[in-house]
Amino acid sequence: MDLDFQALAEGLPRRPVDLAVIVESLPQMLDGLLLTLELTLLSLAIGFAASIGLALLRIQRNPLLWMPVYGFVFFFRGTPLLVQIFLVYYGSGQFRFELMDLGLWTWFRDAYFCAVFTLTLNTAAYTTEILRGAIRAVPYGEVEAARACGMSGALLYRRIILPKAFRFALPAYSNEVVFLFQATSLVSIITLMDLTGVARTLVSQTFDVYEIYITAGLLYLAVTYAILGLFRRVEDRWSGHLRDPRETPPKRRGPLAGIATPML
Amino acid sequence: MLQGWGDEILRGLGMTLLVGGCAMVLAIVMGLLGAWAKLSRSAVARGAATLYTTVVRGVPELLLILIVYYGTPTAIQSLASSFGHDIRVDFNPFVAGVSTIGVIYGAFATEVFRGAFLALDKGQAEAARAVGMSRTLAFRRVVLPQVWRFALPGLGNLWLVLIKATALISVIQLTELLRWSDIAARNTREPFTFFFVAACLYLLITLVSQLALQRAEAWANRGIRRG
Repeated sequence: MDLDFQALAEGLPRRPVDLAVIVESLPQMLDGLLLTLELTLLSLAIGFAASIGLALLRIQRNPLLWMPVYGFVFFFRGTPLLVQIFLVYYGSGQFRFELMDLGLWTWFRDAYFCAVFTLTLNTAAYTTEILRGAIRAVPYGEVEAARACGMSGALLYRRIILPKAFRFALPAYSNEVVFLFQATSLVSIITLMDLTGVARTLVSQTFDVYEIYITAGLLYLAVTYAILGLFRRVEDRWSGHLRDPRETPPKRRGPLAGIATPML
Repeated sequence: MLQGWGDEILRGLGMTLLVGGCAMVLAIVMGLLGAWAKLSRSAVARGAATLYTTVVRGVPELLLILIVYYGTPTAIQSLASSFGHDIRVDFNPFVAGVSTIGVIYGAFATEVFRGAFLALDKGQAEAARAVGMSRTLAFRRVVLPQVWRFALPGLGNLWLVLIKATALISVIQLTELLRWSDIAARNTREPFTFFFVAACLYLLITLVSQLALQRAEAWANRGIRRG
């Protein structure tokens, strides 16, 4: 798509709302949105993979296995994300020489790496807690039935427990995805040019506070509800066998039915 | 202690609790208003409440804080200039922070209260009306105390999230816990130490709040038979 935004902006009204400025700023804003989505998807992918392992450790009986995971989850859910970002991005500077010796300093000097690192640990902590609850919710009769069929260990988890747990976890996880997507706006504080970062820079150049911030807000709003809509479709599909076949298509719910209170 | 920065950090902790407390009160007021609007018979009120919760929950908190803090003075100034006045307005970061966080979490409190009002048996309010209480008296004496009990777990969860969200106000230069830690970190060149101290203090707030919430829930549920 090769649109000439400058030409589009011409002839648009500049009062009371400067529409021209909105159209002119769109290409940069969309670039910012791209970085926002990239950070979200990267952190979600790594964080989710890590959280499966962490959740499995968390449900063990051996305190040497579950206690460290418990501490990790407690720390990352109990402190503000901004503090975590500062701790990694600025805090690593205190160990500069140690990190240099290990060859890790080039990583921790980079705001992009620090952002992904912190967001990943953060979402991993929340997702671990979601998965733990979901694994607990798997009916024991199904586990027993699988055992009776001769399944055990990894096969039991892969075929019975985890698929069921993922389905239980889906509503809570869709909230986590929305919260992480919005939380990526904090990376603008450590100089990254995500959607919020671009908006802040544009505002400091043009002083069109409302036009720029509200455009950014609308972009966030659109993606948020796109994410929720996507998850609703997945939910409908995964629970299709539980629905009454006569009752198709699935009952429509309000636009906000999926979004719940943020979880600690 | 902490190279002489201990008392500033403590003052920051006090400011964090003050901002959080004020924002929580505002969130509860907004939540009650929002729930009342969402459950009202008027389509306009329902629409306005839905718009409020939809917008607030779809936009990042940081962006909303920036809009309120930088947008409000601009709006007032351009309004004044359209009437021919040239004024300069500066927004107090405390007021900006409390109002933004309060309004954001008011949207979540709306859902908490809505659920709580729906959870309350209709017969309760009807019985109160039947013994001759006015609508307001029935609401105050019978409905609200019981709604409170249903809302408490949700509100407690909300408080734990809200207090962490106050860290964002440090971006608009309010000297709360994170802002003081940041200043101390820059001056002493020991960022990890000070941000770690801040993290531990937030954890402490979380822990104390959780204990207090358990007691509050036990208190709110006194006289309720279990099982």
